[in-house]
Amino acid sequence: MDQKRAIVDGNEAVASVAYRLNEMIAIFPITPASPMGEWADQWMSEARPNLWGTVPEVIEMQSEGGAAGALHGALQAGALGTTFTASQGLLLMLPNMYKIAGELTAAVIHVAARAVATHALSIFGDHSDVMAARATGFALLASNSVQEASDFALIAQAASLESRVPFLHFVDGFRTSHEVMAIEPLSDDDLRAVIDMQAIARHRARALTPDRPVLRGTAQNPDVFFQSREAGNAFYSACPAIVQQTMDRFAARTGRHYRLFDYVGAPDAERVVVLMGSGAGAAEEAVEALQARGEKVGLVKVRLFRPFNAEALLAALPETVRAIAVLDRTKEPGSAGEPLYQDVVTAVMERFSAGRIAVLPRIVGGRYGLGSKEFTPAMVKACLDTLSAPAPRNHFTVGIVDDVTHTSLAVDRDFSTEAPGTVRALFYGLGSDGTVGANKNSIKIIGNRTGSHVQGYFVYDSKKAGSMTVSHLRFGPTPIRSTYLIGRANFIACHQFQFLDRLDILSAAEDGATVLLNAPHGPDQVWENLPRRVQETILRQKLRLFVIDAMAVARQTGVGRRINTIMQVCFFAISGVLPRDEAIGAIKHAIEETYGKRGTAAVQQNFAAVDQTLAGLHEVAPGSTAASAGEIRPPVPPAAPDFVRNVLGPQIAGLGDVLPVSAMPIDGTYPTGTSQWERRCIAPQIPVWDESLCIQCGKCVIVCPHSVIRAKLCDEAALADAPPGFKSMASKFPEVQGHGRYLLQVSPEDCTGCSLCVEICPAKSKSVAKHKALAMADIAPLLDQERANWDFFAALPELDRGALAHDTLRNTQMLEPLFEFSGACSGCGETPYIRLLTQLFGDRLLIANATGCSSIYGGNLPTTPYTVNAEGRGPAWSNSLFEDNAEFGLGMRLAVDQQRAYACELVRRLSPVIGADLAAALLAADETTEQGIEAQRGRVVELRRRLRDAGTPEAAVLRDLADMLVRKSVWLVGGDGWAYDIGAGGLDHVLASGRNVNVLVLDTEVYSNTGGQMSKATPRGAVAKFAMGGKRTGKKDLAMEAISYGSVYVAQIAMGGGDAHTLKAFLEAESYDGPSLLIAYSHCIAHGYDLSLGLAQQKAAVRSGYWPLLRYDPRLRDEGKNPFQLDSAKPSVPFHDYAYQEARYTMLIRSNPEAARDLLAQAECDIRQRWEVYAAEAAQPGRPAAAVETQQ
Amino acid sequence: MSKLETTYLGLALKNPLAASSSPLTDSVEGICALEDHGLAAVVLPSLFEEQLEAESAGLHADLERGSEGFAEATRFLPDLATYNLGPDRYLDLIRRARNRVAIPVIASLNGTTPGGWLEYARLIEQAGASALELNMYAIETDPERTGAEIEARQQDMVRLVRDAVTIPLSIKLSPFYSGLANMARGLDAAGADGLVLFNRFYQPDFDIVEREVVNALALSTPSELLPRLHWTAILSGRVGADLSITGGVHGAEDVVKCVMAGARLSFMASALLKHGAGYARSVLAQLDQWLDAHEYASVTEMCGCMGYTAVPDPAALERSNYMKVLGSYMAERETSV
Repeated sequence: MDQKRAIVDGNEAVASVAYRLNEMIAIFPITPASPMGEWADQWMSEARPNLWGTVPEVIEMQSEGGAAGALHGALQAGALGTTFTASQGLLLMLPNMYKIAGELTAAVIHVAARAVATHALSIFGDHSDVMAARATGFALLASNSVQEASDFALIAQAASLESRVPFLHFVDGFRTSHEVMAIEPLSDDDLRAVIDMQAIARHRARALTPDRPVLRGTAQNPDVFFQSREAGNAFYSACPAIVQQTMDRFAARTGRHYRLFDYVGAPDAERVVVLMGSGAGAAEEAVEALQARGEKVGLVKVRLFRPFNAEALLAALPETVRAIAVLDRTKEPGSAGEPLYQDVVTAVMERFSAGRIAVLPRIVGGRYGLGSKEFTPAMVKACLDTLSAPAPRNHFTVGIVDDVTHTSLAVDRDFSTEAPGTVRALFYGLGSDGTVGANKNSIKIIGNRTGSHVQGYFVYDSKKAGSMTVSHLRFGPTPIRSTYLIGRANFIACHQFQFLDRLDILSAAEDGATVLLNAPHGPDQVWENLPRRVQETILRQKLRLFVIDAMAVARQTGVGRRINTIMQVCFFAISGVLPRDEAIGAIKHAIEETYGKRGTAAVQQNFAAVDQTLAGLHEVAPGSTAASAGEIRPPVPPAAPDFVRNVLGPQIAGLGDVLPVSAMPIDGTYPTGTSQWERRCIAPQIPVWDESLCIQCGKCVIVCPHSVIRAKLCDEAALADAPPGFKSMASKFPEVQGHGRYLLQVSPEDCTGCSLCVEICPAKSKSVAKHKALAMADIAPLLDQERANWDFFAALPELDRGALAHDTLRNTQMLEPLFEFSGACSGCGETPYIRLLTQLFGDRLLIANATGCSSIYGGNLPTTPYTVNAEGRGPAWSNSLFEDNAEFGLGMRLAVDQQRAYACELVRRLSPVIGADLAAALLAADETTEQGIEAQRGRVVELRRRLRDAGTPEAAVLRDLADMLVRKSVWLVGGDGWAYDIGAGGLDHVLASGRNVNVLVLDTEVYSNTGGQMSKATPRGAVAKFAMGGKRTGKKDLAMEAISYGSVYVAQIAMGGGDAHTLKAFLEAESYDGPSLLIAYSHCIAHGYDLSLGLAQQKAAVRSGYWPLLRYDPRLRDEGKNPFQLDSAKPSVPFHDYAYQEARYTMLIRSNPEAARDLLAQAECDIRQRWEVYAAEAAQPGRPAAAVETQQ
Repeated sequence: MSKLETTYLGLALKNPLAASSSPLTDSVEGICALEDHGLAAVVLPSLFEEQLEAESAGLHADLERGSEGFAEATRFLPDLATYNLGPDRYLDLIRRARNRVAIPVIASLNGTTPGGWLEYARLIEQAGASALELNMYAIETDPERTGAEIEARQQDMVRLVRDAVTIPLSIKLSPFYSGLANMARGLDAAGADGLVLFNRFYQPDFDIVEREVVNALALSTPSELLPRLHWTAILSGRVGADLSITGGVHGAEDVVKCVMAGARLSFMASALLKHGAGYARSVLAQLDQWLDAHEYASVTEMCGCMGYTAVPDPAALERSNYMKVLGSYMAERETSV
């Protein structure tokens, strides 16, 4: 690490220091702090030593609470320890933080500050998590940039060791944690120069040891607790000075000077803003620009927020200050003001009261930047401007339009501080095309080769399939402090031509900017294929236009859809940042460096792409007029409901920032059924149906992760107005009268092109083996036809739910899915289970969804996939937290049961009013069948009718509660991270409760949403983050844990290994009047293979015995039968035939073949042993009925 | 000199039985066991250039899939420090095996590009392989390409490799040449020190219910020895390169036949996989006994005694022999009817 310059993001900058300064690192993945732990884990796996020559122990815990507990213990036992976290994770650490601080224990927790979930989850940055920790007794130290993230990681550690006050060091989530910058890294010698080794010795001397035994953690009585709390005051009093001394020592070593409160701006400033965090960068730019105009303004950057040192704050403020705007990146509803504001007010008032300042400045507070809301110099100017007003706005907001309580400041959108000499480049790409990776690479090339200041920041949308990325790159000769998105670009690259139809890509273009398009059109045709608004912008602003058919180059060179290096070459060639030959050499060097360890093909393919790019790059002379008929299409169709058009539409179009407060639901409540309007059209190919081969098995419908392929039955007459070319065939469902035609239709604009439907289709042509009833075909020539077909199909009525029994897969294809078009990965292995759940029980379904993939594709704006049927019924869904989902769902069950009980009681009481027959029928309804449920719904309608004229209060209540008389199905859905790890305790308790909840565990065997970290579901031998050498221990047998209660219905299912079994398990689980647990094998992108093969892999998992299918039904025991049913056949293929199709296993063979062999052998042994246990259990005879009776 | 000793590719061997490439030769421990059980040489599993390329491309695709597309997960699998892709593991196996065993360690290579053949051949030589076997495994499916083109290309390849390395070079032949004898002579002229008859190919089977092609490579059967004997005998004494047989060698009598046909060396794999490496000991003991019983002083004395140039009636190795067999079959059939 003895290098002079490094190009890293904030997470890496922090982790590099924290890793070298600690011996024990306890972690749990949480966005946006996960990469800090991942870096530490990677360095541990490479046996990289810390400052003292040992390799730190990095251990993943089951939750942040667990990580904090482990950290506390390690500190008590004398280790140097740390952890990394954010948001709810930090909240889970709070109890231990109070303890650690109360015991005056030196340690640093590094936080990528993120919004705490309130009305909604937000993965993005603000200080609400950090502020929740301000009462713990931890010092709070804020870094404002990537450089400071590195520097303050050291300062925090040194000051903590010296002061004995534990530190929470934080950077702004994403804005700093994920921003890539050139920094001066800290060498090991730098660390040694700043860390006081004697302080470490004192830390160790305080450790618990039986050689010098002491006791900590007493319980204290009222007589002494208070005094004890005050006993440590001196340490907090001394802490700020220690921090400043440490900063001074640091400055002497590195030349970078910091103070507890740093002031920049006019020495005679009258108006000053005070803030902390990354916003300081934008604020500093604004202050400099305004000062250059002669305005007397300044900025105080808060470094050490706790312990708050009023003296230092006042020393930082010029005496000339007359007005202060304190900006908080958090919100405390109902408070007198946000925390930083209150502290500043208190500090100033105390000094004024004490007569130590003559003039009391006017102080106002405001909120900005919640959930990574943009914070620009123009907004800072707005804050300073308001201070000039006779009555400055207090408790304001800035960066939004608050048209409800009118808190927001007006912002001058034309105010810009972008440095003219800085290259500002925007790149629009797809997640799958590698744009972001190439740009990270470009930053390093430019930063390292030119010595320029560089900055990269990357914005992703919330979809996991077909997601759009926007890379914001700045580089230039002057330091870059622009901690905000590029609003004025002089280079814009659009890596996907179709974006031009959806977004105003050139809206940020400066006059004369350069535009690079990847287009399927040649230089002579591209102009006429541009939307008119794009043409107009190019002409009006005199933009230079370049075009390349990158996909063609990619096809020729075998790099598939990853056009990143091709577009990277174009960028360098056009921008002239480096001489072309040097740039190409640098790109190749970077390719070699990045991919070289992956073998020659990975390198050579990209080399070929680089070499063949320039021949295809052309500058295009714009046409003379903007005559295109093409328009940027509206984000949602005009037929969409108002809320979708007016609120969700702008979000889809990337214009959500302009929505005012009045547009927002007040409590986070959103309508369902909105994903149908988004129509993203991301599939290059879609399935095409050959009805002449179809056997109507419904397998394609059942496996479709996005519910885009659907079946219906209708009569011939219904097809009279069908679009030309609409396909149907004679129905093979003779039991459904009057519906002679079978239809199978794809929604072309919602399909992601995963091809699972084609893979699963069993209907092959008898004469040409490769020809099936479904085949993938290019979407372009099909789109118009299939769009019309889908619209016609979607308008046809659904089959009555009672028309077919629901006990066969073939029949369930006819049930309307109430989960559709989610943002899940293409080929997702989880969503088919959720879709099936909604088909079976969706119209009476409540879902408690643990945080994770399923909560993101299930509930991340702009649109939501849960939807309603023609009667307006559908799943009601909510997400509480990651750790509490079982309890959350149980609460729903209790509420439903309680309301139903009350409704029943009211039915009994009001029997004379509603009629004894109806009352009796309502109370004794058999709701075990679809017909029974429908009949009960009919009774409820009649009940309401009879209550209509009953004017009693009880009748009114019963009218409100009447729907509770219809059976509800409560499902607790989440991934293995929840069920096996962070929520395991709660899940266990809920399963033990005996209540009628159904648990669906979507087991991907890793934390998928945060990028594939190990969970206790990760199998032995698989590589995952935090198990880089292959997981050494076996997967937890969650099924057997639950079975051990004897009262839980349990099934282990795999749709690809037994679809009928899956269906049966769902039906049995729901029908069981008690807790049920379904553990569903879910193939996942984190397994490392082409997910179109996901179902084949599921089948192999079952056949190899790795994933035995089983059901445990307590009801069978009551019938005298064995409740344990092993439903899959004895293993028939070797485990490695299954496992070695997946990179999570094979990469270990390549990195450590001996370990891979050992772990494979152990895994095979696991399988054999488990199979023997299961087979023995399944072979148990049932108990005689008499014995059952006796026991009862 | 022991009566079992022979030479192959200029290498002195303690007997005419070697282990051909199989999982048994894929580890140093396995190779040591084979030496302990008396085998005279081992051939390592082939280094397939195409496989290395595919593994590299596959790993790259797997690691990049889904990366940098989602804010919470910039990648889904960790990128490990090294992958041991490329020939490193293979070259390491050569090095370690050569350090542990005294018997020759013959590497095997299947290239797809001229650059690949040459690069890997050089690396194999540098790693210390005793000899190099070029595994000419290719399924020529292009109807535009003639047999003459294919043969010329393969001979050119051998010439290239011959010029690039100095260690002995053998060529593992396919049985599917229209002019096999001529091809053998061409390879001989191109610089081959030995010819190995024949490669065993994966033979696609059909799943007739699922209508899918199923790839499999079953263990060899003794009946597979016959065409190899036949062609070895035809080439015996007519090419300068040493001949050897692989495929269908299951017992001592098979080895005797191979030697008689003109093979300096017989390779065994399936029988060893089936019975274990220790099976070689009994084969060699039986071979020794057979030589004694039939009063052969050495295998050298016996080598090629049934070859084309040694048999009294070479026609027996030509088509006339087929007609005789057919005739006897018909006669038997008529008798039984």
